[in-house]
Amino acid sequence: MSVLQASEKPYSREWLLSEQPTSRHQAQLGRAYVIWRRFSANRLALAGLGIILLLILVAIFADVLAPHNPVQGDLRNSRLLPPGSAGYLLGTDDQGRDILSRLIHGSRLTLFVVVLVAIIAAPVGLIIGTVSGYAGGWVDAVLMRITDIFLAFPKLVLALALVAALGPGIENAVLAIAVTSWPPYARIARAETMTFRNSEFISAVKLMGASPFRIVLRHVMPLCLSSLIVRVTLDMAGIILTAAGLGFLGLGAQPPLPEWGAMIASGRRFILDQWWVAAMPGAAILIVSLGFNLLGDGLRDALDPKEAGQ
Amino acid sequence: MTLTDTTAVTRRNRRRASSFGMAVVRFVVTVVTTFLGLLAVTFFIGRVVPIDPALAIVGDRAPAHVVERVREELGLNLPLYQQFWIYIKQALTGDFGTSVLTTNPVMADIARVFPATIELATIGTIIGALIGVPLGVLAAVKRGSIADQIVRVIGLIGYSVPIFWLGLLALVLFYAKLGWVAYPGRIDIVYEYTFMPQTGFFLFDAIWQGQWDVAWDLFRHIILPGGLLGYFSLAYISRMTRSFMLNELQQEYIVAARAKGLSETRIIWFHALRNAAVPLVTVIALSYAGLLEGSVLTETIFSWPGLGLYITNSLQNADMNAVLGGTIVIGAVFIAINILSDLLYRTLDPRTRSR
Repeated sequence: MSVLQASEKPYSREWLLSEQPTSRHQAQLGRAYVIWRRFSANRLALAGLGIILLLILVAIFADVLAPHNPVQGDLRNSRLLPPGSAGYLLGTDDQGRDILSRLIHGSRLTLFVVVLVAIIAAPVGLIIGTVSGYAGGWVDAVLMRITDIFLAFPKLVLALALVAALGPGIENAVLAIAVTSWPPYARIARAETMTFRNSEFISAVKLMGASPFRIVLRHVMPLCLSSLIVRVTLDMAGIILTAAGLGFLGLGAQPPLPEWGAMIASGRRFILDQWWVAAMPGAAILIVSLGFNLLGDGLRDALDPKEAGQ
Repeated sequence: MTLTDTTAVTRRNRRRASSFGMAVVRFVVTVVTTFLGLLAVTFFIGRVVPIDPALAIVGDRAPAHVVERVREELGLNLPLYQQFWIYIKQALTGDFGTSVLTTNPVMADIARVFPATIELATIGTIIGALIGVPLGVLAAVKRGSIADQIVRVIGLIGYSVPIFWLGLLALVLFYAKLGWVAYPGRIDIVYEYTFMPQTGFFLFDAIWQGQWDVAWDLFRHIILPGGLLGYFSLAYISRMTRSFMLNELQQEYIVAARAKGLSETRIIWFHALRNAAVPLVTVIALSYAGLLEGSVLTETIFSWPGLGLYITNSLQNADMNAVLGGTIVIGAVFIAINILSDLLYRTLDPRTRSR
């Protein structure tokens, strides 16, 4: 056996897939490698990952990539030009602004919304779910009742009412979406916590004198992360669509910010003659949310093979 | 039967009765707290979040004593819990205040526009279920085939597309370019004043009255927004049908049915789908609830005079009473459908009975 292990070079395929990892480092890398192999066997999931990586790159390098100014156009010469016009690949809008440049800069807003909602809603759901699942009893009953109440609400309508009260703006839209999207995360984290609440490693940590706070934070939460990440990724598309819907109704990012939903709304007036003004940002939304859906599906299949193909 | 047996039976019956009683209590608590939660959230949005409702009415240049009087009239000087109590009592009697925009009571407005939304969501769900269920069955039976892939892509796009954008494009294609459907709205202006609906569900009324020209016009108006919502729910229904059917087709009773020599058609449609139908009812009910919400954006695109358009119009005019009234009504119907589908599931599935 030791001869066999010696022949495995560190970081080689055999080393990663070894049944007897010699260090925690090797075991972790090996697990990641298995998940990656399962994930990368799925071509659609890879396409989704590609779309999201592209979105992130475009958002980072928006200033370099955009050929024109996204908020200031040439009203005299380049108003409502069709796609393919010289210098304007996707055409221009009614303010003479290059649609491609606006889409490129708009990717920042999309990413901003998605990341911020995830940063706010996922930890809230994680904390409520793990505490509820670990504590049990009346704490669990009360927290889950609150979660169920929020789960029963229509998300878009509640977000609409909330933004209407707070006033339009991209930050308020983020807040409204976050308020309506944490309950599923709490449910998932609770279900995960329940499965290993009474397992031996938790008892062992308890015997060593760990406080409930420490157990939940250091031992329960990390184990809930993978299913939470899958769910958040799958929700990203819905978050983008809700944000675009709010933007379309004029409640999200305000002009002249190049938010994709708001761009569709402003192109609506010319939809019959200059279809591209509204069509292009919608296509961008479709591609990005499709990317998140494909990525989420692929992640779920890779992390949880039981559910694969269902 | 010996004495011990009978006592055991009565004890079991008593336990069953008490567990049934517990279930009823739990059910009532669930319903009540959920609706109270809905009211609490809308109360919070309406009263606590904005700067000051009194200032919103009189403006920030009004003298202090005027602001004070308006605050008193609105009951804003009372403690918060008393305000909430008054709010609950008003909401239970259907009093959501007056709409600034239409000057009608909000409840009267909602009663006028809600049938249009229900009609649209119903058509959407019917289309979604009639196409989505067979597609899902097909995908499950021919798992991994080209047909499965196509159904999957149709579903994925349905999950990813902004519905208001798809609606705009559909209008350009089917109304402006091809002329197959009528312009946005619910009914042609020719019929608007001659057609006398009785129930508020125009399509039903027109057919009932035998006015076929009106029914045709209504159909040409509803088919595009209804079809769009139908696509939206089709994506969800076909995906869930596929998943349920895959689960059923792996069961042993399918093997038994095959061994018995039943035809594949019979096995799929009468045996497997029958068992998958129970969770499917829940899925279709939930997608119906989702369409009530999805109609907000769809109605805006198609100028459909329903609750969604009412809410968005009120939003544009900062008419908070109308917005919150509409939110409560949609939320209440949404919650009611959730609860009903849960109850339906329990009645339809024999395994969940007597537990």
